[in-house]
Amino acid sequence: MTDLKDPPAVAAVEASITVPGETRSRVALTQTTVELLRSLWEEHGPLMFHQSGGCCDGSSPMCFPAGEFITSDQDVLLGRLDVAPAGEPEQLIDFWISAEQFEYWSHTALLIDVVKGRGGGFSAEAPRGVRFLIRSELMDSFTV
Amino acid sequence: MTVYAAPGTPDAKVTFKPRYENWIGGEWVPPVKGQYFEDISPVNGKPFTEVARSTHEDIDLALDAAHKAAPAWGKTTATQRAAVLNKMADVIDANRELLAVAETWDNGKPIREPLNADLPLAADHFRYFASAIRAQDGDHAELDNDTMSYQFHEPLGVVGQIIPWNFPILMAVWKLAPALAAGNAVVLKPAEQTPASILVLIELIGDILPPGVLNIVNGFGIEAGKPLASSNRIRKIAFTGETTTGRLILQYASANIIPSTVELGGKSANIFFEDVAQKDDSYYDKAQEGFVLFAFNQGEVCTCPSRALLHKPIYDSFLGGAIERTKLAKQGNPLDTDTQVGAQASNDQLEKILSYIDIGKKEGAKLLLGGEQVDLGGDLSGGYYVEPTIFEGQNKMRIFQEEIFGPVVAVTSFDDYDDAISIANDTLYGLGAGVWSRNGTTAYRAGRDLHAGRVWVNNYHNYPAGAAFGGYKSSGIGRENNKLALGHYQQTKNLLVSYSEDALGFF
Repeated sequence: MTDLKDPPAVAAVEASITVPGETRSRVALTQTTVELLRSLWEEHGPLMFHQSGGCCDGSSPMCFPAGEFITSDQDVLLGRLDVAPAGEPEQLIDFWISAEQFEYWSHTALLIDVVKGRGGGFSAEAPRGVRFLIRSELMDSFTV
Repeated sequence: MTVYAAPGTPDAKVTFKPRYENWIGGEWVPPVKGQYFEDISPVNGKPFTEVARSTHEDIDLALDAAHKAAPAWGKTTATQRAAVLNKMADVIDANRELLAVAETWDNGKPIREPLNADLPLAADHFRYFASAIRAQDGDHAELDNDTMSYQFHEPLGVVGQIIPWNFPILMAVWKLAPALAAGNAVVLKPAEQTPASILVLIELIGDILPPGVLNIVNGFGIEAGKPLASSNRIRKIAFTGETTTGRLILQYASANIIPSTVELGGKSANIFFEDVAQKDDSYYDKAQEGFVLFAFNQGEVCTCPSRALLHKPIYDSFLGGAIERTKLAKQGNPLDTDTQVGAQASNDQLEKILSYIDIGKKEGAKLLLGGEQVDLGGDLSGGYYVEPTIFEGQNKMRIFQEEIFGPVVAVTSFDDYDDAISIANDTLYGLGAGVWSRNGTTAYRAGRDLHAGRVWVNNYHNYPAGAAFGGYKSSGIGRENNKLALGHYQQTKNLLVSYSEDALGFF
């Protein structure tokens, strides 16, 4: 659990690079996030993320049972995350964002953390009393 | 100045029950699985009641009740339904303070808002749609001497509605008023962040409606929202929220081939042209206040004017005044009628706002005011408070592109009219916008050139019943607050009648 007094969240798992032509991972998970995802996988089976935008619970990464949200050509696969413990079979989670939102977000890398929270869309973690939260770092390419 | 007593203390205007079940078929029904979740007040971060944590079994019960009630309700006259809506409006008016305290305690908003805006508007929305349904006519056309086309409005039947947490009662009424006026039965799921105030309202208005016409089922999106939105027993799903869930709901609707209206947020530009500062008069004062409205409802409004676009010649002077004006905003106990900025609605909302302030700094935006979490001390110490925050930057930054849903405004300048429109329209969203100019032509042209469903001209954050509200682009589909919304809850029946005695002659 993260609050303001905790040390800065750090990446425990980095996504593979899935955006064509890129050399740097765009998505990472904190250790707390990895553990929550393993637990949600036990409950729901394979999982996926779709990054939301806008309104109340927007800007939050939404976690669904894999395939629940139908992606299309209007989405970009931002990265693929393996949350399996070392030496275990892969547990791959795709992280998607809409193509139009990616245009505005492409200069930032995303670290998915977990905070105490209440609800939020149809995301799988909500009943646990927690929410996934995006912490962002600049990709090297961003210039003002 | 009045400070309302906090719920749970002796003089409180509202007493929450320790636990709320679902409202199904005109009575309280415990959730089938017997599970509840705590409702936390953002005012102090403490739980104050428990609410049903429903599952698909409870949605099924609510749909059973709604289907039982829908045929008779759909056959009532517009006169009868209008009378019901007007009665509910009267009850809201008569219980304004009680409902305001409930709303503030559930959501964290300063109580002057529900007292003077949310609740009077909710009552007025019921009255508006009571009038609109009375005034709605069918249609007919004499296609030839013997052939008449008659068109009738019919209710859809049973509809689902999923409500956001930023104006828990008002947003519910925005959706309920047209649905009920049109003769539909409703299964409504409030937001899990703010499930209680609507239940306080239903305690007051529940017996006005026939049993089963309005059913309220609480719970989490994945457990209760999905079974409602994906059910093949609803004829329409309405949703206000964010884009991913909006798309998911549209996907569910496509599977059932039913309509869906979705309101999905915005990143509204508030544009101030040079002539605003021609004089230091009451209009200039109004425009300055128009800037500070980003902090209204702690920024938790889909149309929050979260991008301020200032004409270069007045940039420094206008912004300087606006910063001073923002500093005067009184943040404090949401139950104090003098408080202007209250608590963010939840802990994750607070965390998200702070994460955006962080990325704003990393992107190189200049923090001009605020930027910190606030500890109000005493009983309010555990609440979720953020300083009104002003950033200066440019439109490609994420703080200019993403809805922060907090009291955070991102300010930039523009060179001329075309530059203003270009920056304002450079966004995924198109829900709201503001235009400030003393020149009627400039204001009119800007209003028409902006790709947004609602453009406020020389005002902002006004939501009167009658003015259509809804988004362009990724801000969604559909319109609320206007008689147009009736169409989102009605079928069109065409009766094509021949008065001729003669055979067609084909066979």
